[in-house]
Amino acid sequence: MTNLFDAFTGTANSLSGPLPDPQTDAGWSDAHPKRVGFFTDTSVCIGCKACEVACKEWNLVPDDGTDASDLYRLTGMSYDNTGDLGASSWRHVAFIEDVRPHGTATPAHGGQETGFLPAGLPAVHGGGNGHTPRDAASAPPGPDPAQPGTVDLLALLPDGGAHGQQTPDDERDVRWLMSSDVCKHCTHAGCLDVCPTGALFRTEFGTVVVQDDICNGCGYCVPSCPYGVIDVRESDGGAHKCTLCYDRLGEGLEPACAKACPTNSIQFGDLDELQAAADARLAELHGRGVHEARLYGRDPDDGVGGDGAFFLLLDEPEVYGMPPDPIVTTRDLPEMWRNAALTAVGLGAALVAAFWKGGRR
Amino acid sequence: MTDANTEMPERFGHDRGDDRDRGSGKRRGRKGEQLQVPEADFRSYYGRPIIKAPVWKNPDVPLYLFLGGLAGTSAGLGALGAATGRPTLRRTGRLAAAGGAVGGTAFLVHDLHRPSRFLHMLRVLKPTSPLSVGTWILSPFATFAAATAASEVTGLVRRAGDASGVVAAVIGPALATYTAVLFSNTAVPTWHEAHRELPIVFAGSAAAAGGGMGLVGSSVRDNLPAARLAVGGAAVELVAGEVMERRLGLLGDVYGKGRAGVLMKASKACLAAGAVGAVLGRRRRWSAALSGLALMAGSALTRFGVFDAGIASANDPAHIVVPQRERIRARQATNQVDTAPSDRAFA
Ligand code: SF4
Ligand code: SF4
Repeated sequence: MTNLFDAFTGTANSLSGPLPDPQTDAGWSDAHPKRVGFFTDTSVCIGCKACEVACKEWNLVPDDGTDASDLYRLTGMSYDNTGDLGASSWRHVAFIEDVRPHGTATPAHGGQETGFLPAGLPAVHGGGNGHTPRDAASAPPGPDPAQPGTVDLLALLPDGGAHGQQTPDDERDVRWLMSSDVCKHCTHAGCLDVCPTGALFRTEFGTVVVQDDICNGCGYCVPSCPYGVIDVRESDGGAHKCTLCYDRLGEGLEPACAKACPTNSIQFGDLDELQAAADARLAELHGRGVHEARLYGRDPDDGVGGDGAFFLLLDEPEVYGMPPDPIVTTRDLPEMWRNAALTAVGLGAALVAAFWKGGRR
Repeated sequence: MTDANTEMPERFGHDRGDDRDRGSGKRRGRKGEQLQVPEADFRSYYGRPIIKAPVWKNPDVPLYLFLGGLAGTSAGLGALGAATGRPTLRRTGRLAAAGGAVGGTAFLVHDLHRPSRFLHMLRVLKPTSPLSVGTWILSPFATFAAATAASEVTGLVRRAGDASGVVAAVIGPALATYTAVLFSNTAVPTWHEAHRELPIVFAGSAAAAGGGMGLVGSSVRDNLPAARLAVGGAAVELVAGEVMERRLGLLGDVYGKGRAGVLMKASKACLAAGAVGAVLGRRRRWSAALSGLALMAGSALTRFGVFDAGIASANDPAHIVVPQRERIRARQATNQVDTAPSDRAFA
């Protein structure tokens, strides 16, 4: 938010670009707490959905719309039966089964190396399925083939699963990508900028929250979020999304999802510390040959000024259902206002011209 | 699985009773043969939409846009008709301005998912929210236009009625064009990327609607300015619409197919027929009125078409991924950096 003149003329810096202190920009006094956020490290996500459940329970988020004719609403999208983020899904775990024939493990789409099933991946023994290891020479030390039993697949992988969870079988390699998506709590939040009632606001923690008692359900925030996060709930007509557990933050607690995450894939903390941790994690993974690892939403120079909730991904963002290069729509708003104002003047002139020498009767 | 040709499942996770508001059928993934440009490299999450399509109601919002445009230009016709001594045009303009503003307001309120809280719109004035600014344009416009119409109908306080009519006429063009900002200031690719052309399309559409209304309601002696405005508006709308669709490139495909395609075709036919009719038949009451109706229909169809095109665009992951990938590629080419995503700079 900014003053009238700045927003119409575009001289305000706060419509786009890096913004170190969004709270002060939003009018909080300098004594506000540090900006907090999430760092979601998808390389250790196991797809347990504990975050989805914990979020629903803590925030009393209702059912996302089961109807009786389709009791379990199976989407056919791997283990993802939530589908997407929405008014009643504030965390959403995406599942991607990246299935490829053997030997196609090399550079993936876009010419980028994925490190997908690196050469020499050990075959899996045990389970009593009668399959012989597809490459006996590289069979790992491990459970005695004579003794069928469960195998810790993760431990067998050369990098502890950092390429995503992988399941080889005889014909194909399967790489599992799992990622818990959430509202990004953008530095420049499209939803907040366009909200005509002031229901959406920037908290003292730098997060973006809807005040349900103000929202009139105009729906403008819904198509203005470049990530497709916020939505209007049919049952109550209000817009809803992740609050980063605003009520818990006030009590010094971490958000419910981060608390519930068993692998620390969801990390909560001060944003600057999370960014440092993420940079270190990325360097570590790259050092271990996981070149497909990349941070998403970390860059304060990106189209939304960086995200309060950012990610470490193992593939392109669009594979996880996220836009590869989001831009806050209000970045272009000053130009839009100028265009519309000029057009309005033109329309007024056309009206006058229509009467020109029209003859007075 | 992660390619463009996967049939997208219905959005099971959303809690709307039906998909009508978001255009059922359009939420499905694209079939390969519908793709107009090669998108071999385009990947997505099961072909699902990336952004959320507007939950704005149909026909409420397109009708609001149409009525806002109609009212905005009609107020000008009414005021200038009064100033130049054209009583039937004055009366038509004033009544249309008030009717359009009141009707539009009703649709706008009905579109809210919590209509009883409409007045929350007036809590703040946020220039970053076109809907907020628009509410502050609409409210005074509707007040002045209604006062003018009341004076027109009752014959009371004519001076004050003239004055408030002038105020409404001055606000009118803003009411007619701000709606373009309302649409383009979203993440919907087809709307956002048209933010240079959309105000002109909407202004032309508003002129066609207001002028068309003037042709319907005013006498042959008075209707020349209305005919000029309507024909000019239709021409601007047709040309600007064409330019918009071309400049959109890939994002313009939604205007060529589906319901939006049909609506836009019908709109163009109505506008062209109405404009020709207005030029040739202005001097006969019935043909003038018929042309006016065609022009108004064309204007309304444009609004419906643009609305539908936006829904289709929002539901198409290709509209998000392909241009954004292109943007990244272009940025990397100009920056002469390596091929790593910019985020990797933090490694
Ligand atoms: S624009 Fe979207 S991702 Fe950003 S804060 Fe708003 S709802 Fe969250
Ligand atoms: S639906 Fe509610 S939160 Fe969203 S823009 Fe409208 S008033 Fe604001």
